[in-house]
Amino acid sequence: MALDSKVPQGPLKDKWTDYKNHINLVNPANKRHIDVIVVGTGLAGGSASATLAELGYNVKAFAYQDSPRRAHSIAAQGGINAAKNYQGDGDSTYRLFYDTVKGGDYRSREANVYRLAEVSANIIDQCVAQGVPFARDYGGLLDNRSFGGVLVSRTFYAKGQTGQQLLLGAYSAMNRQIARGKIEMFNRHEMLDVVIVDGKARGIIARNLVTGEIERHSAHAVVIASGGYGNVYFLSTNAMGSNVTAGWKVHKKGAYFANPCYTQIHPTCIPRSGDYQSKLTLMSESLRNDGRIWVPKHLKDVEAIKAGTLKPTQLTEEDRDYYLERRYPAFGNLVPRDVASRAAKERCDAGYGVNATGEAVYLDFAASFVRYGKEQAKIHGITNPSEAKIKELGQEIVRAKYGNLFQMYEKIVDENPYETPMMIYPAVHYTMGGVWVDYNLMTTIPGCYAIGEANFSDHGANRLGASALMQGLADGYFVLPYTIGDYLADDIRTGKIPTDTPEFEAAEKEVKERIDFFINNKGTHSVDYYHKKLGKIMWEECGMSRNAAGLKQAIEDISALRKDFWQNVIVPGTDTEYNEQLAKAGRVADFLELGELFAKDALVREESAGGHFREEHQTEDGEAKRMKEFQFVSAWEYKGEPKDAVLHKEALEYENIEVKERSYK
Amino acid sequence: MNLTLKIWRQKDANSKGQMTDYQISDVSDHMSFLEMMDVLNEQIINKGEEPVAFDHDCREGICGMCSMYINGEAHGPDRGVTTCQLHMRMFKDGDTITIEPWKAAAFPVIKDLVVDRSAFDRIQHAGGYISVNTSGNTQDANSIPIAKQAADTAMDAATCIGCGACVATCKNSSAMLFVGAKVSQYALLPQGQVEAADRVKNMVAQMDLEGFGNCTNTGACEVECPKGISLDNIARMNRELMKASI
Amino acid sequence: MGGFFKSSIGRKVSMALSAFFLMFFLLQHLAINILSVFNPDLFNEVSHFMGTNPVVQFALQPVLIFAVVFHFVMGFVLELRNKKANGAKYAKNNGAANSTWFSRNMILSGITILAFILLHFIDFWFPEINTKFIQGDWSGVMEGVEGYRYHEELVHKFLHPARVAAYVVAFVFLGLHLAHGFTSAFQSVGAASLRKKLEKVGIAYSIIVPLGFIFIALYHHLNH
Repeated sequence: MALDSKVPQGPLKDKWTDYKNHINLVNPANKRHIDVIVVGTGLAGGSASATLAELGYNVKAFAYQDSPRRAHSIAAQGGINAAKNYQGDGDSTYRLFYDTVKGGDYRSREANVYRLAEVSANIIDQCVAQGVPFARDYGGLLDNRSFGGVLVSRTFYAKGQTGQQLLLGAYSAMNRQIARGKIEMFNRHEMLDVVIVDGKARGIIARNLVTGEIERHSAHAVVIASGGYGNVYFLSTNAMGSNVTAGWKVHKKGAYFANPCYTQIHPTCIPRSGDYQSKLTLMSESLRNDGRIWVPKHLKDVEAIKAGTLKPTQLTEEDRDYYLERRYPAFGNLVPRDVASRAAKERCDAGYGVNATGEAVYLDFAASFVRYGKEQAKIHGITNPSEAKIKELGQEIVRAKYGNLFQMYEKIVDENPYETPMMIYPAVHYTMGGVWVDYNLMTTIPGCYAIGEANFSDHGANRLGASALMQGLADGYFVLPYTIGDYLADDIRTGKIPTDTPEFEAAEKEVKERIDFFINNKGTHSVDYYHKKLGKIMWEECGMSRNAAGLKQAIEDISALRKDFWQNVIVPGTDTEYNEQLAKAGRVADFLELGELFAKDALVREESAGGHFREEHQTEDGEAKRMKEFQFVSAWEYKGEPKDAVLHKEALEYENIEVKERSYK
Repeated sequence: MNLTLKIWRQKDANSKGQMTDYQISDVSDHMSFLEMMDVLNEQIINKGEEPVAFDHDCREGICGMCSMYINGEAHGPDRGVTTCQLHMRMFKDGDTITIEPWKAAAFPVIKDLVVDRSAFDRIQHAGGYISVNTSGNTQDANSIPIAKQAADTAMDAATCIGCGACVATCKNSSAMLFVGAKVSQYALLPQGQVEAADRVKNMVAQMDLEGFGNCTNTGACEVECPKGISLDNIARMNRELMKASI
Repeated sequence: MGGFFKSSIGRKVSMALSAFFLMFFLLQHLAINILSVFNPDLFNEVSHFMGTNPVVQFALQPVLIFAVVFHFVMGFVLELRNKKANGAKYAKNNGAANSTWFSRNMILSGITILAFILLHFIDFWFPEINTKFIQGDWSGVMEGVEGYRYHEELVHKFLHPARVAAYVVAFVFLGLHLAHGFTSAFQSVGAASLRKKLEKVGIAYSIIVPLGFIFIALYHHLNH
């Protein structure tokens, strides 16, 4: 099948408006005869469910958590971008579009990104109307902060809990529709397959995670909003339950999977402390606004710090290497995430890592304390303040901005970041790749949509900070509700989709067989045993930098591990009760397939772009080297084993932006 | 360190539960409490038994999923943290740790340490929202300035993660801190004014219907709340309800 | 409005309102009784006024009785509901970690106070009712006593050490009840900032008022 992105014709800035004006609509009386399933209730799924229900569709929403409010969008800390230009610093729709395409290393679809930038302002308006308590300045107007990879302040935030507040906003919109009966909410339910009838997505098979019951649910369209697949690495900043299952199931039923190798490794996470580690904790990128990143200049100092004979605060400025400021003077500590992460890895690989594992660099606020302190002293009219007074005043400002992050750091690491620099290290955070979708956000299965992190479309090879929240809400509030109508307009006379058909029966049987296998396979290793092994392969061979030999090895290793898994995995308990191990087994089984496709995709992509860095393709000073011939989206078609997947290419054209060497120097 | 764990085991909602003892060794100071539970479960699985079921997800203190009553306190002995943020450095070698699920009539046990908190969702359905459709032409976000003080106080109330520690801790299993926080968030913002009266009435009515107890102002919830939600929010809810009823 | 007092919050507000009344009552009760120590004659005058003034007797007294009965009945009703809401007990519960003993045990201090009130009624109120309403004697004088009888009756009651002991214990519990109840009432009616401002006043009130009553009881016991 040839890939058709269905990008409308016409000038970039008019595409979305013109398109909306010409697509089919469903009349309000007919909407109530149409059902839509939404899998996942994070920012994308939650906002889509609410909006579709407001429009009049009957929505069935599914979440594996016990409430929609717990979806992992909640963990996003820093903020959400919008081209409001409230700061008057020259921001515009075009600039947000430009920054996003450039930040994504010219691997995203121009029309989608422009649309995203266009609706970004609406998101802020909508959220404020919903009662989202964004931070405000003393004049009562909305405050902004600046994020990596851009030269303007366009990030709106709610303390360090922006994702939480936006999700609770979407959740509240859902609640209103649940109360009206327009959304039927299925908490603690997991989608285990999609059902295709006559080539169209017409329902799902879901498992009730409390009772173990397998349920059939039908609808006229299915929306996958199940988030990213970062947990393929075992250790990531994702929630423990985050998984690829919904996306992978639709992939196996005909949806192409795009760019699996584009993974974002976030530079400011708390370093790993031991083998028992179950997940990694991210600290908002906003910290890089005020923190300076460094490692010691001399290896002897590194050794002394590790041995505990030298404190980082004792090191003079001359003995410190502020490597981001050194390498990228224009953006300094605010380079995009991929660049910052790789630079940290480069220093640590060279032996300059400052903790026991050798995988940590400093994020130092001492300079901010002084800068803010002096400013405050002036404001309060204190003449000749002492150094201690300046530090105290400065710390107050930093506490007001990042207090909760500092507290979180101290709880985890047991060190006071006001007194000694923080230690950070990159960790897997976000996956730009995902289910391939066209301009309508529809996958290659008619009637099956993918939104939010689950799809691939807007971030290219690297996502800028504060853009994930923007994309999730843009898809759910402002894009999908329009585009889905165009498809559903043909379904106004279809009537309820029956679930007692051979298609549902077959899908249910397949699901049940897999569950039976897990319950009855009296193996020797736990699910986590395999998940950890997979994660180690992924981190070592498909992590921050990759090479052909390593990727080939990874493909072999994952394939062998998968075989082992299907022979020796053990799942205690039964299938008719709350059984977390059983749920996990299914998820890890899918990760074991995705992981291999991931490595294959990374192997095929013979270039470095954004989060994908191939050691073979770098400039002399170690920067990523993009290749013109790889200016396409890799969309993989499922053909059985991951090794048999077939590559389809969607060429990326840039008509409104000049493709340049991405430079932050 | 080596520890003795006394854990509540209960097969399902209809079974009777009991405390069961487990031994665990080589626990590191740097482990989070849930990582310690992971290690325990791995041990249990390798013995061919059923692991301890517990709710958890984000493991960074924001999703509100984790919910353990540890040594007689919701989310354990540390302050301002959820169970997933509790670290083993809070305990000593040789300690016995008692681990129980939230206990409240409105939070029935699903299995072991997993409870059903859907009552919280139903309270939110009753009025935890502002009725605004997604239209794309909502008025500009800066058209109504909101005093920083009000916005910040609303934000403080809105940080509630809905974990249920307040209910678990309360000797009356009262949900007033949870409901008060939501009512307050909207009561403090101009956008919330239009529906304020109906909202507080409906949410309180649903809260009562769910079988939560009454607040006797012991203040335990505020102390145990991982997000430091203040008792002021309960007072504000009381005021709002009085205002709405007169 | 009717719905309001059926809601959990309405009940709590009504507890607080009755508490405010009772706390005011306690204050005036103490103010009058303390006169028995410093100025028995004035005490007699005031007692006679309170005992015979129609506003006090036929308006305030029924309100007081209502407030007392209501506060107790509602206290028990809420306690039962809360017990039901609370469900199963924890194997281990460290209440001391997050709240005071007396805030968690208002029902215990309340029951103690109830028992005391019964004793108090038997001691003072029933005889008064008997004298005034059954025997119809509103004169306030008694055979063998010069002037009004009230001071003499009061002193007489505190002769027996067991009664004095019972009073002292009851007042200690009253103190505990007030230590939580005073600020709690402000919180219940939504006056959170007042609650914080009056924290010290609350502590002072909950110490001074019971201590005052204890002082009166001990004074008369030791001096007569």
